[in-house]
Amino acid sequence: MATILETRALTKSFGGVLAVGDVSVAVGEGEVVGIVGSNGAGKTTFVNLVTGYLKPDRGRILYAGQDITAHPPRQVTRLGIARSFQIPQIYTSLTVLENVLIALAARQGEGLRPWGPLFTRAREAEGLRVLEPFGLAEHASRPVSELPEGGVKLLDVALAGALLPRVLLLDEPTSGVSSKEKFVVMDTLVRILAERGVTAIFVEHDMEVVTQYAGRILVFHEGSVIADGAPQVVLADPEVRRAVIG
Amino acid sequence: MTVPVVILLDGVLYAVVLFLVAAGLTLVYGVMRILNIAHGSLYALGAYAGTFLVVAYLRTGGPAPLMYPALLAGALLAGAITGPLVERLLLRPIYAREEVVQLLVTYSLFLILEDVMKLIWGVNPFYVAGPYALLGTVSIAGVRYAWYQLLLILVALGTGILVSLAIRGTRLGRMMIAVTTDREISAALGINVGRVCTLAFTAGAVLAALGGALVGPLIAVAPGISVEAIVLAFAVVVIGGLGSLEGAALGALIVGITRAAAVQLFPEVELATVYLIMVAVLLFRPRGLFGELEVRRI
Amino acid sequence: MRPGPVLSLLAVAAFGVAPLLLPSWVMFLLTLALAKSVVVLAIALLLRGGLVSFGHGMFFAAGAYTVGLGMKWFGLQEALVLAALGVLVSAGVAALLGLFIARYRGIFFAMLNMAISMVIYALLLKLYWVTGGTDGLGIRTPTILGITPDRLNLRLVMYYFTLALTAPAFYVVDRFWHSPLGFMLRAVRDNEVRVEYMGSSVGRVIYASYILSGALGGLSGILTGFSVGHIVPELAYWTTSGEFVFAAILGGAARIPGPLVGSISFEFLKSYAYKYAAYTWQMTLGVAMLLIILFMPTGLWTISELLTRQVRPWPPSSKPAR
Repeated sequence: MATILETRALTKSFGGVLAVGDVSVAVGEGEVVGIVGSNGAGKTTFVNLVTGYLKPDRGRILYAGQDITAHPPRQVTRLGIARSFQIPQIYTSLTVLENVLIALAARQGEGLRPWGPLFTRAREAEGLRVLEPFGLAEHASRPVSELPEGGVKLLDVALAGALLPRVLLLDEPTSGVSSKEKFVVMDTLVRILAERGVTAIFVEHDMEVVTQYAGRILVFHEGSVIADGAPQVVLADPEVRRAVIG
Repeated sequence: MTVPVVILLDGVLYAVVLFLVAAGLTLVYGVMRILNIAHGSLYALGAYAGTFLVVAYLRTGGPAPLMYPALLAGALLAGAITGPLVERLLLRPIYAREEVVQLLVTYSLFLILEDVMKLIWGVNPFYVAGPYALLGTVSIAGVRYAWYQLLLILVALGTGILVSLAIRGTRLGRMMIAVTTDREISAALGINVGRVCTLAFTAGAVLAALGGALVGPLIAVAPGISVEAIVLAFAVVVIGGLGSLEGAALGALIVGITRAAAVQLFPEVELATVYLIMVAVLLFRPRGLFGELEVRRI
Repeated sequence: MRPGPVLSLLAVAAFGVAPLLLPSWVMFLLTLALAKSVVVLAIALLLRGGLVSFGHGMFFAAGAYTVGLGMKWFGLQEALVLAALGVLVSAGVAALLGLFIARYRGIFFAMLNMAISMVIYALLLKLYWVTGGTDGLGIRTPTILGITPDRLNLRLVMYYFTLALTAPAFYVVDRFWHSPLGFMLRAVRDNEVRVEYMGSSVGRVIYASYILSGALGGLSGILTGFSVGHIVPELAYWTTSGEFVFAAILGGAARIPGPLVGSISFEFLKSYAYKYAAYTWQMTLGVAMLLIILFMPTGLWTISELLTRQVRPWPPSSKPAR
């Protein structure tokens, strides 16, 4: 399995506080990796660093062998890495479908085209296909402001997925989603990602979700990765349990 | 030898009035994060109220020197009445709205105040030279200056120092600094943010009105003086940095001297130079000389 | 609500027959309102991106003065040539300024536009040997497609000329608003981070929109210049820009007919107010704008929609505290 995403000695501090310290991980293509850790352990900072939102103080980030350390989010996304956010980042004055169509247009390189409608038959159809696994297709014409919290979260994930990335980073994809929906959505999502060979890295607090879907877990604690391996093994480790739960 | 002296004196004279207006603007922005387009109207209001009170007082036949307190009283009244009214009725409801909306609301206020002044005082210009004439003139480097102008510089400087001390030295002033730094935390600490905002806005209004009143006897007080005042105040505040009093002082000095120099040396580009400096600052150092507040740029 | 081709054609037809039904002084106001509606459209375009410009007078003036100077210094006569030239110049100015302006938002964007427009105002005023200074420039009657309109029909011809150039401008913007870039602009307003995380450049979106907005501003100045016959540096003053913003809010920036409704309402409001209440017309405008902002943020155009169904509030009426 080829390494698709790799960090080497990745370090970032804010003021005097070390958020991510000397993190070196390698993720193989097609893996489904879960990132766990207590609040403030550096998980979201890690995602922000990898996707270019923050510049690391030290270390490198490699994507398919290419150094992307200094790249801004725009470039990182264009290369094939997409992400969803802990607090959903969506277009609040638009409808659900409009949100997705914009993502599709961006992916197709047409984001700057000032003529020709955004709404084309082909694009609409694809948009609905993107929304379907998340149960959002029936809400396509509704303004985002009318969606319940869980729906907004799912839309955020859908927007990342619409970009057809090679690597998908999800920051707490199921938080705010009802327990009933969680597994249905994760089932569908993981299946689609597997079908397409997409590498998934997701930050998660729900241990059930992590154990069910992740083939591998990274445990963050105070900015470092203290454990890396299969969920059953890692989560059985008493030190890990103390760090994550205690 | 006269030209540099003229530039310096004219520049400082210009600068101190600008400082008073800009100080008010920057104070309000710091505490409330609202850039008040109507601030120039408060300056005009002060000019009208101040000169009007002088005229009214002189009609009573009282001792001449008391027209100066009358002038100041006008400014105080103008600021103290409009300040709380505007802040509570207009600005507080829109605190959480987009910047665009806030700009438009203050622009509406500007339109309204323009006509309010016309309704009260008519459209004919006021020439109230009494305070200016009473003190006589003095010759400096061969140019005639009025003692009033020099007095104006002193009063404005004094006010600036007073305001600066008040902000640092009084509890109220420190609360303003707290709210400027972080509104949420200040509220959490028990500071009555609403009251601080009203106070800050009123203080800003009084400062602007004072600037207007002091300069009233030197100009033709007529509709429209607010229009140029606000753009110049913006320029000063941008140059000095939003939310900074020191910045307002330094910015006012730069603008004042630049304009005085341009008037003497390159009259064609007189107006343009000030705005050019503003543009240059916005481009190369958007937060201004002393500004700490973040400029939104991506 | 997209007017749809039928409604648009009806609107154009209505404007087409208006001269047969309305007195000539109304027609003149209407001509001006149509001409200015294009710059109001330009403002509305930027408002969609969450940006307000208090300096569009500079594009307005750029277009108008290109025509004036083109006539005076180069002896150009043909209206279409002058118009094309004017639009090119104002688009060029926008392209140049946009290079750095597109990096700003909020009040800094507004102030930067205001400041630059004041620089241009100052230049127009002071370089009087080129621009005519405070006296301004006269704009003679142009030829239209080579033909000089005769005196008697001049106003009528200018009306139809204005209509002929305004309608396509609205059409272009309507297509723009439904295009990917048009939606991107709204996306930028809602969430810049997400736009960047879709691989698109926020700066480029704003830059492209700014150029279009500048070009429209220029066209508006050109049309106004032709109709009024005289242009002055005050066109670039910030209060002129303020009036454009006001008309945009009055009519509403969310729907295509908004700027048209806003501009017409504004011209007539201003005209009546000037005439009957010279001391209170600004106050009337100010109060009207406040009422609209506070109670009807979508503008006058959507009154009919308000009566029939729920309209999504726009702009969003609350923002998380900073």
